[in-house]
Amino acid sequence: MTKQATRDAYGKALVALGAENKDIVVLDADLSKSTKTAEFAKNYPERFFNMGIAEANLMGTAAGLAAAGKIPFASTFAIFATGRAFEQIRNSIAYPKLNVKIAATHSGVSVGEDGGSHQAVEDIAIMRAMPNMTVLVPADGEETKQAIYAAAKYDGPVYIRMGRLGVPLLFDENYKFEIGKANVVREGEDCTIFANGLMVAEAMEAAKELEEEGIKVAVVNVASVKPLDRETIISYAKKTKAVVTAEEHNIIGGLGSAVAEVLSEEAPTPIVRIGIKDTFGESGRPLELLEKYGLTKEDVKAGVKAVIKKK
Amino acid sequence: MEILELKRMANQIRQNIITMLVPAKSGHPGGSLSAADILAVLYFQEMKIKPEDPQWADRDRFVLAKGHAAPVLYAALAEKGFFPKEELLGLRQTGRMLQGHPDMRKVPGVDMSTGSLGQGLSAANGMALAGKLDNKNYRVYALLGDGEMAEGQVWEAAMAAAHYKLDNVTAILDLNGLQIDGATENVMNIDPIDEKWRAFGWHVISVDGHDIEALLAAFAEAKSTKGKPTILIAHTIKGKGVSFMEDQADWHGSAPSAEQGEKALQELREEVASLD
Ligand SMILES: Cc1ncc(C[n+]2csc(CCOP(=O)(O)OP(=O)(O)O)c2C)c(N)n1
Ligand SMILES: [Mg+2]
Repeated sequence: MTKQATRDAYGKALVALGAENKDIVVLDADLSKSTKTAEFAKNYPERFFNMGIAEANLMGTAAGLAAAGKIPFASTFAIFATGRAFEQIRNSIAYPKLNVKIAATHSGVSVGEDGGSHQAVEDIAIMRAMPNMTVLVPADGEETKQAIYAAAKYDGPVYIRMGRLGVPLLFDENYKFEIGKANVVREGEDCTIFANGLMVAEAMEAAKELEEEGIKVAVVNVASVKPLDRETIISYAKKTKAVVTAEEHNIIGGLGSAVAEVLSEEAPTPIVRIGIKDTFGESGRPLELLEKYGLTKEDVKAGVKAVIKKK
Repeated sequence: MEILELKRMANQIRQNIITMLVPAKSGHPGGSLSAADILAVLYFQEMKIKPEDPQWADRDRFVLAKGHAAPVLYAALAEKGFFPKEELLGLRQTGRMLQGHPDMRKVPGVDMSTGSLGQGLSAANGMALAGKLDNKNYRVYALLGDGEMAEGQVWEAAMAAAHYKLDNVTAILDLNGLQIDGATENVMNIDPIDEKWRAFGWHVISVDGHDIEALLAAFAEAKSTKGKPTILIAHTIKGKGVSFMEDQADWHGSAPSAEQGEKALQELREEVASLD
């Protein structure tokens, strides 16, 4: 299967977007080769601002650019965007509802060898808890491209979470991403897996293999963590009466929590959350770490079987 | 240690850096090599430490603010005997001790977990304040990068160290002129850097960061400077000691192949032979 890192798709989308819209400006913090904003910088040097290793200043400057009519894409690793610059995002971007797109790469343990200090496992929780913030976690290159375009079109703060690792291309141009909408990518009656990011591919593989065992599982891609598509989540929970969530993030505060919040109020349903079990990551090869931290199709399959027993 | 021995040690540290980065297949050679002489002087002459007792309360402390240069720290710690040298070969691998960035909970001899640039000097200040409170005379050293100078927190810490007259703090700036996206001058200019530190109330010493004797003299001057913190502005070459890595931004964060590693080691062996 062809693979592409979502950060690569981001770099390409930015260049195309930059050609269409002269108000698109890009800021980076000495990581433009890694976040893939370097291509934009090469094409539109006058609309690219390298702020140096100064993420707080980067976010504050992005806020000012937005206040003066630009559409800034502010990029760095997820840990530094949501960590170092949390309060700049909170008070200079989200609170005044400024039109800044925080395009963060290198999320999760799939960062790999750089280790726990560089692997954001709590960024979705941080961003999701922030009023006015839209939170997007695309699953593949195509969805990333569409999410970047949607973010540019939407007027307001958006957090887009992307990864370093190459992930399978799941969708083509016929796929339609929309902010606030979940996408049913597979139908099934026995259980629903709500997944996002690189766990969508794992969930789809898991569902395929479970089918061979006679277990029919629906897979819903919840790239829009906020706003959340409550309707789809409630209807699939009611229909299948068992739910698994799967994400490359702490099980506290991310997609699993978001789904559990909705269902516990609207349609209490047995649920198993697949995710990082409230621990920091470590150095290692990305695929080895995904296995070690319980983020493979095998873990998703085990989750499905466990939750069906709870029905 | 004698000066010649320190030079040999710096060379050995450089060899260790290459040896560990090859099997790791990722990591940061440039900023590790630029700091090898500084670490050799700190760990084999300057700092009071006990490898057999890494948590010794009276020890001098070292904070690698530019945490991505972990290989230079691990290389020095292993040579000093904090852990077996074989561990170096497990760098950055799943389940092993040596993380991509220093982890004080995993590695004996690492005084502070780092990796996020800009935070190290604050932690060094905290250790120095604690030392003053406890009437201990240990010293605290922190190594910072020149790209790292762009972080606001560095200057918050600079202001605080001078405010609290932390003469038990010595910062070292690894002024190698490069960061990831290119020359520091082009990414985010930090000049005039010595004047900035002086304006923040620090005693500033400009030094050749590859000159062992000059480094020894600078650390001695730092120790005898009272009432204010000292910073060594260490003029260095990124990738120092490996000809094809020297002054190349591209060697910031990629590991040498086995073949490149052998070539680098060959050069370093020739260098150490020429010392005698
Ligand atoms: C807060 C933060 N932002 C970004 C990074 C990613 N990063 C790692 S090394 C580096 C460049 C460092 O340059 P410099 O300080 O000059 O170090 P040296 O040249 O000594 O390697 C960057 C941007 C980081 N580790 N921490
Ligand atoms: Mg540098």
